[in-house]
Amino acid sequence: MFQLRKSISALMLAMVASAALADVTLLNSSYDVARDVYKDYNPMFQKYWKAKSGESIELKQSHGGSSKQVRAVADGLEADVVTMNQANDIEFLAEKGLVAKDWTKKFPNSASPYTSAMVFIVRKGNPKGIKDWNDLAATGTQIIIPHPKNTGNGRNTYLSAWAWALKQPGGNDKTAQEFLGKLLKNAPLFAAGGRDATTTFMQRKMGDALITFESEAEMIAKEFGKGDFEVVYPSLTMQTEFPVALVEKVVDKKGTRKQAQAYLEYLWSKEGQENAAQNYLRPRDAEILKKYASFFPPLKTFTVDEVFGGANKAFAIHFKDGGSFDQIYVQK
Amino acid sequence: MAAKTHRVLPGFGLALGYTLVYLSLLILLPLGGLILKASELGFGQIMDIALGERSLAAFRVTFGASFLAAAVNAFFGLIVAWILVRYPFPGKRFVDALVDLPFALPTAVAGITLATLYAGNGWLGQFIEPLGFKVAYTPWGIVVALTFITLPFVVRTLQPVIEDIETEVEEAAASLGASRWQTFVKVIFPAIFPALLTGFALAFARAVGEYGSVIFIAGNLPLISEITPLLIISKLEQYDVLGATALAVVMLGLSFLLLLSVNLLQWWTANRHKNSEPLEVAAAKASGGAQ
Repeated sequence: MFQLRKSISALMLAMVASAALADVTLLNSSYDVARDVYKDYNPMFQKYWKAKSGESIELKQSHGGSSKQVRAVADGLEADVVTMNQANDIEFLAEKGLVAKDWTKKFPNSASPYTSAMVFIVRKGNPKGIKDWNDLAATGTQIIIPHPKNTGNGRNTYLSAWAWALKQPGGNDKTAQEFLGKLLKNAPLFAAGGRDATTTFMQRKMGDALITFESEAEMIAKEFGKGDFEVVYPSLTMQTEFPVALVEKVVDKKGTRKQAQAYLEYLWSKEGQENAAQNYLRPRDAEILKKYASFFPPLKTFTVDEVFGGANKAFAIHFKDGGSFDQIYVQK
Repeated sequence: MAAKTHRVLPGFGLALGYTLVYLSLLILLPLGGLILKASELGFGQIMDIALGERSLAAFRVTFGASFLAAAVNAFFGLIVAWILVRYPFPGKRFVDALVDLPFALPTAVAGITLATLYAGNGWLGQFIEPLGFKVAYTPWGIVVALTFITLPFVVRTLQPVIEDIETEVEEAAASLGASRWQTFVKVIFPAIFPALLTGFALAFARAVGEYGSVIFIAGNLPLISEITPLLIISKLEQYDVLGATALAVVMLGLSFLLLLSVNLLQWWTANRHKNSEPLEVAAAKASGGAQ
């Protein structure tokens, strides 16, 4: 008992000491699978900032589903910066006045330091000969995707297929919706999230194709071995962005604007870009992209802004109640 | 009035105050907040949300699967409780401890485990799918998950009640000439029925609100295997907090009505039983029926 109490007080002392050692503490509220990226990035930034300003900085991470994280920040979680995987989540904070209205212009590349793309994962040897989106909609093919309405990953898939259908000869919103109807019929289930979809496809061996982020393919290789699957790059797919922003209200209150700004800017440095590439996220820096060319085959992509006029608009038209997704199931 | 009644133990006022504060903080406050938030919408708007095609389908799936799961547990849970109380067998303590496991396991773990088990290549799925019976990613998967989650409710409510029925009562019924079936139907069952209803109601109420385990095995297809809690999450994804509270309030109201009717039924059976006859008389009657 005494031993326990001693070790608890020692622990508390250590915590107080470490807090006292750091001059500034920053909290980064981030999406779920960003763990690996920021686990490597945070020590890099600490070193850089110590060398530059002499200040030691403590970095805390909070991870969770993207929109859950954003709701927590809106409800008072004191995060200095938000690093998300969907623009409409940050847009929500902008509407609440926590983030600058023109947050996409505060950093280069629409405030997204790296990107990924939606690709297909198929079984070894590609037995169904899946090359492009129309192959996924063919009769007898099964696709595994997370819920298109409730998950970012599923929404990206939906919009990618929609954009592809629009670009086909004679393509318009009506043909695109019909195409999506055919495609979604091939989904025997909607997985609860990205990782659940991966487990269903890889471990439970369901479906002929899994549609997910290019960066997820590497996770699958680590987890299940490279020999079991192939990556198929469709003729057109969505470039998914990972937008970042300062939480203005919090940095002003805590007086951490300078550090938080530097934390996000450093994501665009050579080191930051290289870290993204090592985590299989496509860097914005052309030089680094070239260096890691073997990871990232050339790919024809579109952005949500180009095809759908922004993430918020795409969300409102397709995923709000009564939107194009609901219309596929409920004729009203 | 209450103050004048003599009580052996003091502190009634304090205890009652504590009870009221505790219940208010824990239950009334959050529920009140929910209803207050939902009242920002008019009654008509709430009904529009609740009566949409997808909402209706989700209510059917949620309440239907919960009812089935609670019913399955009422039947098999009764058997489990009976065996655990009445018969000594090796490993009984171990089996008894197993019953509580669904409470201890995080629900998401339960859902993922069940999905893996019942999927086409799972230990169980590989045998039942060729027979044309799909469980994982169908509404049956929801029933399986809910049955798993709610098993302890029925067993744990029944155990003490069965322990209270002395074996002498059965022996009396038998000695008076009742058949085994009559002893069960006329003597044992009326005694445990109120507790069985309680167990059923608890299991049902828990199942209606379950989210974590279900989404991993349900398949979540609109109109087929979407549960109401998933629609609530879907509304939260859209930052539509009002819509989400509307659905939650309707769900709460439906559950309350169902639980209330179970309670009424329970009160009715308990009273009928109390006014009419003690167990010994029932035993005599049962045997009378046999003559």
